Amino acid sequence: MAINTNYLQPSGREEAWRFTPLNRLAGLLDSQVELTSTNSLSLARELPGVSFQILESSQVVPISQSTDEATLRVRNAVKEVALITIAEGAELAEPIYLNRKTLDGRPEATRVLISLGANSKATVIVQNIGNAVLAEDLEFKLDSGSTLNFISLQEWDDKTIHLGRQHAVIGRDATFNSIVVTVGGSLVRLLPTVEYAGPGSSAELTGLYFATDGQHLEHRMHVDHNLPNAKSRVNYKGALAGDKARTVWIGDVYIRAAAEGTDTYELNRNLLLSDGARADSVPNLEIETGEIVGAGHASTTGRFDDEQLFYLSSRGIPADEARRLVIRGFFQEILNKINNQEIEERLMNRIDTDLAKVGAIK
Amino acid sequence: MSTLEIKGLKVVVDADGNSKEILKGVDLTIRSGETHAIMGPNGSGKSTLAYSIAGHPKYTITGGSVTLDGQDVLAMSVDERAKAGLFLAMQYPVEVPGVSVTNFLRTAATAIRGEAPKVRTWVGEVKEAMAALNMDSNFAERSVNEGFSGGEKKRHEILQLELLKPKFAILDETDSGLDVDALRIVSEGVNRVKANSDLGILLITHYTRILRYIKPDFVHVFAAGRVVEEGGPELADKLEEKGYAEYVTA
Ligand SMILES: Nc1ncnc2c1ncn2[C@@H]1O[C@H](COP(=O)(O)OP(=O)(O)OP(=O)(O)O)[C@@H](O)[C@H]1O
Ligand SMILES: [Mg+2]
Repeated sequence: MAINTNYLQPSGREEAWRFTPLNRLAGLLDSQVELTSTNSLSLARELPGVSFQILESSQVVPISQSTDEATLRVRNAVKEVALITIAEGAELAEPIYLNRKTLDGRPEATRVLISLGANSKATVIVQNIGNAVLAEDLEFKLDSGSTLNFISLQEWDDKTIHLGRQHAVIGRDATFNSIVVTVGGSLVRLLPTVEYAGPGSSAELTGLYFATDGQHLEHRMHVDHNLPNAKSRVNYKGALAGDKARTVWIGDVYIRAAAEGTDTYELNRNLLLSDGARADSVPNLEIETGEIVGAGHASTTGRFDDEQLFYLSSRGIPADEARRLVIRGFFQEILNKINNQEIEERLMNRIDTDLAKVGAIK
Repeated sequence: MSTLEIKGLKVVVDADGNSKEILKGVDLTIRSGETHAIMGPNGSGKSTLAYSIAGHPKYTITGGSVTLDGQDVLAMSVDERAKAGLFLAMQYPVEVPGVSVTNFLRTAATAIRGEAPKVRTWVGEVKEAMAALNMDSNFAERSVNEGFSGGEKKRHEILQLELLKPKFAILDETDSGLDVDALRIVSEGVNRVKANSDLGILLITHYTRILRYIKPDFVHVFAAGRVVEEGGPELADKLEEKGYAEYVTA
């Protein structure tokens, strides 16, 4: 496959960049600024069935095409690539934790390929913490019958700028479940994207984002139903509190002419907790064949439901606690999927603390 | 011995920018241990009365007073009213996605009692109350009212009544949507609370059926935003037979 690495600096008029504050990218898309090639992800612990290698970038050819400027830039900049391989048939009982170590605010580029052998099964958890100016190209290759649960937690410090692509190529009868949680960072723009490499494959993209004053959190799905009989589900939930909180959710789903038997549904719900906050939600479904199982999308953006708050308060629960319960409840569905008590608690506490800070809970 | 006193209560609701007067001067006094039934045609303002006492933000009080043992209820926030001892079993209980019944009940009990109930006794208390209302224990893990059938929602309201032990309960059409067995079970629940705590009850209903289980001391006819007649239990039978024609045309 010929991989295009031509990189053009966006002007902001491009559809893909029109929501993003380009002046806040700290050089990540500035050709005058050099990105340092880093291996910012590493294996927290050796695990049987998992290999972690750092290879020359020329040895690890990207498995997918991209037109995303940040991705193209990463591909140009990196000298080395981390290749994580899960052996064929390996079923990992415990999660693979990947540690993030960044240059503390110096612009850097990281490229990673996670490759699952046939019929293997693994959970990969990335906890993004600290201060970073990071552009990243993460690819997942799922061989037939494999299952990957990928959990990406953006718990960055306030100043972090993070542009990332998380692209899965899903083989026959393979399953890709991704959970993206973005609560930290100044500007985070992630591209959870999916294409299929065999029938019977399935993708579930789940996400939670919570933006407070001044944060720009952008998530752009792209699901390419390029083959027959594949399935996709997208469910992202976001809340915004504080005057300049800003979120963007784009859900592009393409069902190509060849993709008969496609089954897809995407949902985005936003909860606006402050007047000055703004959530953009743009579902986009393009269908080139009618021979499908189902295709649908829904997008809602609303405020607190007064009836819910009244019901809780009428049982003696003070208004601020009622709001906290409703917000927790709103996110619970997503947090449940992480299926990890410790992470769930940590995230909920962070959300509570941030809420208290912006005073959305009065 | 407590008294809930409603005097000359006038309430308007904002509908599409126009405010519409719904309660036109309601007078009603309930004491501990008393059961008052309110019957009246659809749209006469019964739920509005219930919500106004509980403090629903959609309703604006334009006149009159509501006091609980002399305390100004209308000056209290919604949660303060509950803490003061008022409980509203709603005609349409609200779904709260993602908040489990267990968590909700415990949070509410903690707020009302002023301290978290002891884990050991609390779990037993909830189990027992659920069993008494014939509620499957798996409701505890479900989201509040979400996907509950009409009857299940009503049982869940009475479950809260049992656990929160208020001084006064307003039951807004708790009997609607209940099958014969559920009606008996729910009524027994209400009677149990009353027997244990000298509860005062304001029971809003369209049917005399529930009054065979929960015996009213007083029956009030409600029409066009006010109480238009008062009497004993026999008044309910008369209403069932003759309807509201004489009150509505008057
Ligand atoms: N939020 C609202 N907006 C507009 N109109 C309202 C609102 N709440 C109540 N009303 C109107 O006020 C009147 C009284 O309503 P309410 O629900 O109190 O009646 P009700 O006696 O409980 O009736 P039902 O027996 O059908 O339950 C009705 O005409 C209703 O349409
Ligand atoms: Mg009513």
